[in-house]
Amino acid sequence: MTTTTTTPPAVAAADSDDRRLTHLDALEAEAILVIREMAGELERPALLFSGGKDSVVMLHLATKAFWPAPIPFPVLHVDTGHNFPEVLAYRDETVERLGLRLVVASVQDYIDDGRLRERADGTRNPLQTLPLLDAINDNRFDGVFGGGRRDEEKARAKERIVSLRDEFGQWDPKNQRPELWNLFNPRHRPGEHVRVFPISNWTEVDIWRYIDREDIPLAPLYYAHEREVFQRDGMWLAVGPVSRPRDDEPVETRLVRYRTVGDMSCTGAVESPARTNAEIVVEVAASTLTERGATRADDRISEAAMEDRKKEGYF
Amino acid sequence: MSATSTPVLDPAAVAGAARGTLLRLATAGSVDDGKSTLVGRLLHDTKSVLSDQLAAVERVSRDRGLTAADLALLTDGLRAEREQGITIDVAYRYFATASRSFVLADCPGHVQYTRNTVTGSSTADVVVLLVDARKGVLEQTRRHLAVTALLRVPHVVVAVNKIDLVDFSQEVYDRVEAEVQAVARELGVVDAIAIPVSALDGDNVAERSPRTPWYDGPSLLELLEALPPSDDPGGESFRLPVQLVIRPQGAARDEAHRDYRGYAGQVASGVVRVGDEVVALPSGRRTTVAGIDLGDRELQEAFAPQSVTLRLADEIDISRGDVIAAAADAPEPTQDIKAVVCWLGDAPLRPAQRLLLKHGSRTVQTAVRSLDGALDLDDLHTVPAEALSLNDIGLVTLRLAAPVPVENYSTSRRGGSFLLIDAHDGRTVAAGMVGATLPTAADAPTEPEGDEEWEI
Repeated sequence: MTTTTTTPPAVAAADSDDRRLTHLDALEAEAILVIREMAGELERPALLFSGGKDSVVMLHLATKAFWPAPIPFPVLHVDTGHNFPEVLAYRDETVERLGLRLVVASVQDYIDDGRLRERADGTRNPLQTLPLLDAINDNRFDGVFGGGRRDEEKARAKERIVSLRDEFGQWDPKNQRPELWNLFNPRHRPGEHVRVFPISNWTEVDIWRYIDREDIPLAPLYYAHEREVFQRDGMWLAVGPVSRPRDDEPVETRLVRYRTVGDMSCTGAVESPARTNAEIVVEVAASTLTERGATRADDRISEAAMEDRKKEGYF
Repeated sequence: MSATSTPVLDPAAVAGAARGTLLRLATAGSVDDGKSTLVGRLLHDTKSVLSDQLAAVERVSRDRGLTAADLALLTDGLRAEREQGITIDVAYRYFATASRSFVLADCPGHVQYTRNTVTGSSTADVVVLLVDARKGVLEQTRRHLAVTALLRVPHVVVAVNKIDLVDFSQEVYDRVEAEVQAVARELGVVDAIAIPVSALDGDNVAERSPRTPWYDGPSLLELLEALPPSDDPGGESFRLPVQLVIRPQGAARDEAHRDYRGYAGQVASGVVRVGDEVVALPSGRRTTVAGIDLGDRELQEAFAPQSVTLRLADEIDISRGDVIAAAADAPEPTQDIKAVVCWLGDAPLRPAQRLLLKHGSRTVQTAVRSLDGALDLDDLHTVPAEALSLNDIGLVTLRLAAPVPVENYSTSRRGGSFLLIDAHDGRTVAAGMVGATLPTAADAPTEPEGDEEWEI
């Protein structure tokens, strides 16, 4: 560590433009503020980590927030059992690299012992709620950091950065706490907890610009690659153990990448030649579809699908 | 409005926004002033509405028997809002131009308007207030302006909307503008700029309209792109509320940092440089800044609102909740404060009540010594009060359990703001502004009385 003396006054009279944060720097500063404040206020927080790009950015921000100390809380993965193998491998490498403690809540375990039943449509995204809430209770987590963004979906657009959940994990959108200035209040009664969304104000393009700028490694399926896919409901689904084409769904090999990663049975790939972060920034900026509209079959079901899931305790 | 073309986000705008600054804006306006339409128009004209979102809006509009897409549906995200056709809570939206990115807090006009407007305005660089050209200044307009003035939002833009419904009349616009400016001056709004717009047709929203040839000012979007986002931190005094003490010891990410000791927080105001003399509050111990870290990057200076970690030359006792401030110009910690509070709790505030107060990263117990008046929102003067109910604005005297280095809200929005919290259930029950005052009579003079006080 170096201790230098004050820079000469000539430099001190810097152009005021130099002291305006860029848009990305302002978002980063806000996210780090929230992460640190919750680490200071909460007893036992955890960070949701799926291996997806938003949770990777969250981990990167947490790393900066506490540097050179390690991230002082565990990461929690709600595992649908319908993972892309590359994402699971990436999750484990990242946990290893950063020396994190990983807690896994497994949807498969719940299905195996009968606590949850497979849905008719086969998607497991809505089944994540119960294992998530049980993991929060069992580990006595009083706050859970998530990578939710307000631009993703219109119910999320209404949610606070620090969002209270009742003892059943439910979100009450009509009775949210006012969130004032930069003062965040996660206090709650025993049995309640908070969900914390430090990157609420980031958009999908911001995420990619930040990944590009900070050179954050991601799971390879975010970049263009050849894959065996078939078309269903206007989306390209990967051929895999949980996503089998029907007889009338011909399999093709296409150059694709993923804009989101989730339950493999209902997460679509997009046709794309983008192999670098910079190419993805341009592609996402020019896209005429939202990332969920383009890639999530389950979010197309109803106008209020996300709101209904959130009210029940979903992410 | 017609919104049939497929919008494509301009890649040049997106590339530019990576280097641009962030502006936070909040909207306010009475019911039916066309606020949601204006927000929808801004999103649409900046090509921030994607085709699947627009398709969903068009589908729902058709189902409701509307002939054109109702852009208000873009922001009304909750089931109850769509069912009732109203906006319940603040919604956040994002759009970008070639030079700037915007975070827009869309605040409902009627349901719990104080709570929502206070929430939206507290972080806003600019409030866009809608006024219906046919109706002029309404009760609600005065109230919104009062809250904006109280929260000291740096800029206020008055969108005189529905100018198409008054035949683009300059005479009507001039009359409404004069009326708005008179109220703004009365309330102490420093900087209010008016623009004639039609949110429905897009006149003067993104592009200047040929239908208002008598108006020679910028379009709304041009103005939003040009406004300075906030005060230059170079002109403020340095403050950093300490959120965490970073002491990795044996857990350090590498050997070199075993003895690291840093104080992590966001620069709330001003600029700090390596070598600067600073003081820890409330202890009053002085030292100098030995280093500034942002992650693993070393900086020579940090400024608001960067989140950084400071290393200090001497090992002095500093913990979470303390404030590190410029030694030359540090606030005096105090246990007694007078403040204006916006009461947001369901149960009323009463004298002698005990609460928690959160200022910066510090939470202390507090007791309400006295309730010194409440703002009558109808004629905007102060009246005696025995309690404050939900959405009331009042003047209180508080006693704190420990000294806290609060500042006057008029000099520092960050240093002068606090929350009041119910200790039993953890709810945020008030937004507080230290040193703010309320007008004493409806016809109170508008001259500021001194540095310590200001009028709304």
